[in-house]
Amino acid sequence: MRLLTALTLATLPVLALAQPIDPAKSQIGFTMKQLNVPVDGQFKAFNANIDFNPAKAAAGRADITIQTGSIGLPTRDAESEAKKKEWFNAAQFPTARFVTSSIKPLGGDRYQFNGKLTIKGTTRDVSAPFTAKSAGGLTLVEGVLPISRTAYKIGEGEWADDGTVADQVQIKFKVALRG
Amino acid sequence: MQTDRYSPPAIAMHWLAALLIVGLFALGLYLGGLPLSPSKFKLIAWHKWLGILVLALTALRLGYRFAKGAPPLPAHLQGLMRTAAHAGHSLLYLLMLAIPLTGWLMSSAYGFPVVLFKLWTLPDLVGRNEALGDLLMTVHSWLNWTLAACVVGHLAAAVKHHFVDRDGTLWRMSPHAPRR
Repeated sequence: MRLLTALTLATLPVLALAQPIDPAKSQIGFTMKQLNVPVDGQFKAFNANIDFNPAKAAAGRADITIQTGSIGLPTRDAESEAKKKEWFNAAQFPTARFVTSSIKPLGGDRYQFNGKLTIKGTTRDVSAPFTAKSAGGLTLVEGVLPISRTAYKIGEGEWADDGTVADQVQIKFKVALRG
Repeated sequence: MQTDRYSPPAIAMHWLAALLIVGLFALGLYLGGLPLSPSKFKLIAWHKWLGILVLALTALRLGYRFAKGAPPLPAHLQGLMRTAAHAGHSLLYLLMLAIPLTGWLMSSAYGFPVVLFKLWTLPDLVGRNEALGDLLMTVHSWLNWTLAACVVGHLAAAVKHHFVDRDGTLWRMSPHAPRR
């Protein structure tokens, strides 16, 4: 009984944090450029533990874990390449993680987050503006986070040269929160 | 022997097309066996850019030909031979349009738009569909082998006419007029 109580207490904060999301309307995508050719991709599997109320934005929190092996790119060749050691090294680093450290309102439906992004064992401070719009019982959180792929060693060796695959990658996130 | 010659612009465009096509054919074959690397990306980009150039050049050549006409075929060429010569040239033009177009279509289907010389984004001709991309790649490759066969026939016919029939055919497309 005591064990059960302990377990319940231990899971409570998680339950309080987790706000259900609508996976069909949520997406973590990205756009990179190869010799100026925009190439779109996305991560099909991720867990989002988010607690965000636009009225109390500063109290909001997000902790998102992405399965790097779920990467989707235009071709199967590109997908298998992206999982290799030089890129995401999905075998050794199966997950990437993003955790907010603060959120502040910018006025209207615009906000700004500060947080830590960990990919391939490298953690960097990141910050980007986003919007949150409520409609039909959902709060749609949407934004673009530009990152440097080489800062996370995504594309090592000959791929580190940004002359072919540009260094900047735009991470495009869209999360539909219920309630 | 009196030879009707193509006009200088037609001759210049013919040899530019020949140079581009031979280069692109070799580059395409080389790319097929190359493992993924930044230099492969660069070569693929050049293959696409020059391929689009061939498409534009072919359109220009056809426009020029419709507007200005081409010198008549040698008078001794009769019946089936005349038909074969016209059919051969039509097929060459058709392939010079179809091959870059299937390349462009393939690029669109694979989800990698063509950005000409890193500057101009060409519109996607079809939506993203990898299976269609694979099919188009097969078609692109077969059309190329058909073109290679046609070019060999084109060359063989020109050489046979010039050296066997001695009708001065090669002078028609030569940058220099024959010496009298």
